[in-house]
Amino acid sequence: MLLIYCPYCEEERSELEFRNGGDAHIARPTNIAEISDEEFEAYFFLRDNPKGVIFERWRHIHGCGRFFNAARDTVSDRFLTTYKAGEPKPNLDAAPETSATVETYEALEGAAQ
Amino acid sequence: MRKYSVFAVAREALRGHKGWGPHWASPEPRPHYDVIIIGGGGHGLGAAYYLAKEHGITNVAVLEKGWIGGGNTGRNTTIIRSNYLYEESMDIYEHSLKLWENLSQDLNYNVMYSPRGVMMLSHNIHDQQSFKRHINANRLYGIDNDWLTPEQAKAYCPPLDIAKTARYPINGAALQRRGGTARHDAVAWGYARAASDRGVHIIQNCEVTGIRRDETGRVTGVDTNRGFIGAKKVGISAAGHSSVLMQMADVRVPLQSQPLQALVSEPLKPIFPCVVMSNSVHAYISQSDKGEFVIGAGTDQYNSYSQTGGLQIITHTLDAICELFPMFRRVKMMRQWGGIVDVTQDRSPIQGVTPVPGLYLNAGWGTGGFKATPGSANLFAHLIARGEPHRLAAGLTLERFRTGRLIDEAAAAAVAH
Repeated sequence: MLLIYCPYCEEERSELEFRNGGDAHIARPTNIAEISDEEFEAYFFLRDNPKGVIFERWRHIHGCGRFFNAARDTVSDRFLTTYKAGEPKPNLDAAPETSATVETYEALEGAAQ
Repeated sequence: MRKYSVFAVAREALRGHKGWGPHWASPEPRPHYDVIIIGGGGHGLGAAYYLAKEHGITNVAVLEKGWIGGGNTGRNTTIIRSNYLYEESMDIYEHSLKLWENLSQDLNYNVMYSPRGVMMLSHNIHDQQSFKRHINANRLYGIDNDWLTPEQAKAYCPPLDIAKTARYPINGAALQRRGGTARHDAVAWGYARAASDRGVHIIQNCEVTGIRRDETGRVTGVDTNRGFIGAKKVGISAAGHSSVLMQMADVRVPLQSQPLQALVSEPLKPIFPCVVMSNSVHAYISQSDKGEFVIGAGTDQYNSYSQTGGLQIITHTLDAICELFPMFRRVKMMRQWGGIVDVTQDRSPIQGVTPVPGLYLNAGWGTGGFKATPGSANLFAHLIARGEPHRLAAGLTLERFRTGRLIDEAAAAAVAH
């Protein structure tokens, strides 16, 4: 289970309080009735599905109820950062890391030792 | 290939079992093949086997980045059924079920197909209406599926608690008697052995790192960690990594990769005669021939390639199982694992040509690929050999996301994912 830092509540909470909202930074075309089938497919169905850093939306549905965005590594499930909705994609090299990481057996073992 | 038979077993028994050879050869890759299939799971190995057997194409290589049977083929819950709602789905899953019935004889390898029945529990009026709709659709299409009363369900599966006071009361069930289970490793090994016998090269520890095309855009081969290997045609059958491979050919596909978990209990004596699923409360359980309960959990809600998943997903399904089968409450769980499944938005697979000439895709089987293994492999071989889909897979194209002709099986899945 993930621990997720909500940028509105400013604290880490369990994944149980959150709902994943798919890829972030996808803008709905303003002329949706006029675009071609190819453009609609690209907007609605096609995704990068990256093996690496993904930018995704989360909703703190059992908390503040608000949407925010996260950058997460899909190989380790480690969150690189979370940020408020409407903010641009962060520069990941410069972003300070939150302490929210995967709660793994190895990590807990390390702490216990 | 040495044929396996009772006489072979007897002969080997008399000489200390020293005459058994390896199941399949491990040759050095040739510089060029007619067909390369990326992904050495059941679907990929099966496609290579059917290419050789039914289409006479034997200059084929299967490239597997890990080891045979180490991916989702060896990680699933081994359930087989064909009681889907839509004709496109029923076509391919029923084709598959018919191949399962003779697969052991066809491959000369015991895949332990066991048609013990797949029972789906109904807990409320909505379940009942949905299941009866499925049953009617199936029966009209010539696929067996029966409605059972709670008492009939209890007679078929005695451990079931049908008390009206149960936390999840049961008001009936749908039963596909031809559904059941098979041994997943044996499927991979049997296809690998039979394909290798017909001249297919099975190359393990060979990861594809690029897909090369000529100036016209046509596929010319693949770059791997063992160097470039040329090919006239390339088929991708790589489950959770299908979109990663498609991106090497600059094609975006409507797939999301998510972890799907399963777990097994300590082995117990035979007590559970069939497969039981409950969509409403997400129970999903059968007993293997080794005696372990095989339990399928759900997918995690986020994209991941981590081959693990959240504990809450497992406890959710165990909660339901303990309520439905109170006698299992003290059973200990032994192992848990995750696989990465590629899920489409309409929860139906993609099998078809791609925008890149010579490149074929078999993906999007999501949470239910194992049952489809023989049928999918058989039709994927047809697609690669002929360059156009078989009639039974004609609706599973990549273009459906553009044309809007989706196959919305999300509600028809056995358990909610």
